[in-house]
Amino acid sequence: MIEPILRARGLRAFYGAAEALHGLDFQVDEGGVTALLGANGAGKTTTLRAISAVIRTEGELTFRGHPLTRRSTEDVARLGVAHVPDGRGTFTDLTVEENLRLGAYTRRDRVEARRDFERVFGYFPRLQERLFQQAGTLSGGEQQMLAISRALLMRPSLLLLDEPSFGLAPLIVAEIFRILRDINRNERVSMLIVEQNANLALDLADRAYLIETGQLVIGGRAEDMRRDDSVRRAYLGY
Amino acid sequence: MALFLHQLASGLALGGIYAIMALALVMIYQATQLVNFAQGEMAMFSTYLAWKMIDSGWPYWFAFVATLAISFVGAVALERAVVRPFAKAPILASIIVFIGLAFIFNACAGWLFGYSVQSLDSPFPGRPLFGVGYISAHELGSIFVSFVVLALVYVFFRFTPLGLAMRAAAQNPASARLVGIRVGWMLSIGWGLAAAIGAVAGMMAAPIVYLDPNMMGGVLLYAFAGAVLGGVDNPWGAAFGGFLVGGLENLMGAYVVGEEVKLSVALAIIVGVLVVKPSGLFGRRIVARV
Repeated sequence: MIEPILRARGLRAFYGAAEALHGLDFQVDEGGVTALLGANGAGKTTTLRAISAVIRTEGELTFRGHPLTRRSTEDVARLGVAHVPDGRGTFTDLTVEENLRLGAYTRRDRVEARRDFERVFGYFPRLQERLFQQAGTLSGGEQQMLAISRALLMRPSLLLLDEPSFGLAPLIVAEIFRILRDINRNERVSMLIVEQNANLALDLADRAYLIETGQLVIGGRAEDMRRDDSVRRAYLGY
Repeated sequence: MALFLHQLASGLALGGIYAIMALALVMIYQATQLVNFAQGEMAMFSTYLAWKMIDSGWPYWFAFVATLAISFVGAVALERAVVRPFAKAPILASIIVFIGLAFIFNACAGWLFGYSVQSLDSPFPGRPLFGVGYISAHELGSIFVSFVVLALVYVFFRFTPLGLAMRAAAQNPASARLVGIRVGWMLSIGWGLAAAIGAVAGMMAAPIVYLDPNMMGGVLLYAFAGAVLGGVDNPWGAAFGGFLVGGLENLMGAYVVGEEVKLSVALAIIVGVLVVKPSGLFGRRIVARV
């Protein structure tokens, strides 16, 4: 069996002194997509922040065998974990092009990075049209595309996506999820995706977990989760 | 007319010094939303170092470069050792640290170099240019140096990866960390750059205001006024504000109110502008979709 790219064992996380995650066990398979489902305030965003070392953590958290706890956010990013944060993290005063260049900031392979710009424009041609526009003037959907593109330019092996559907029109959401699927297949990027929209997330994912008040209640293969009664009633609405 | 041109030229020379000093203030303000009140005293201290080197026989421009390098490294160390521990403290704590640093540099300069006024020679030959003496060689050279500094800073922030990373870190530190930018170091480098720029301002100011531990007090005040007038969140506005304040100060002093109250009048004009435009002349109106 192949070792998962990300594995958490008894992961706890803290906002100041308050414990927000109470010992999570989960994994993301190499090349796979794991979905983390749950209601508002359940701890989905917190889990991503814990992985990126934005908040203090305890327990076991390994990325390709490297322990991630006690690392700085910068170092986690440099190891190959790209985090598309909630609110999209746009550098609003900079241009689209500068935002993208920041994604490739830590890379030393200039030629390859140049090629990756073209690949990203292949997925999101709209960004190329807006290249020298101030990023804050983009629409919500465009900013989400920009955030994903910025993350891709880091050439990550794991992409953390925090509610990519948030605040977007259904048509745009469908487009973004279709592109995410392509990216997962073509770029060999594993993904951990946090979503309130369970339907969408389960379509994309091969593995899923349900989180409630800082604890995982169930987890398993995405198709089994879809059939699970509690998930269906609470999150799928049928 | 000759007198007017002369006044305008010395105003612009001083204005250039205010402009780059304002740029140094804004550089740190943009990253931390704090004004480094010790910036002037740090520049004064750097100028003393340059004076000491030149005094011991080093060529001017050699001492100039060495001073900039020492100021840069010293300020990076200072930021990491003294300023960083207060990063998460209340703003007032940081302000007290800055004011404390200002007094410490002032006292150290007096202690190490003495309180008597020294003169630092201008690197530009003393004879007035253009025969009639509208503008002294030092004034012209100083204006030129100010523009070179502004241009270099512009090129650095606009066209280099490090400059871009520093802008990103200042604007959105959380997001900058997520793409792997070492935000803490960006802040330290910002302090280093600000100190190096301040050192240039000090070395250009010294032949005009003379070298003593309090030489930069007035300069910092005018630079701050310039920064606020131009817009403290816009470096180029701040620099323009510095030139404007320099020009105003001199023309006011010469024609309108005399030397004694020129500062008050200049400040009154600034307050007037701010009443009409609180964000400064070129303060940014942030365009963003919510």
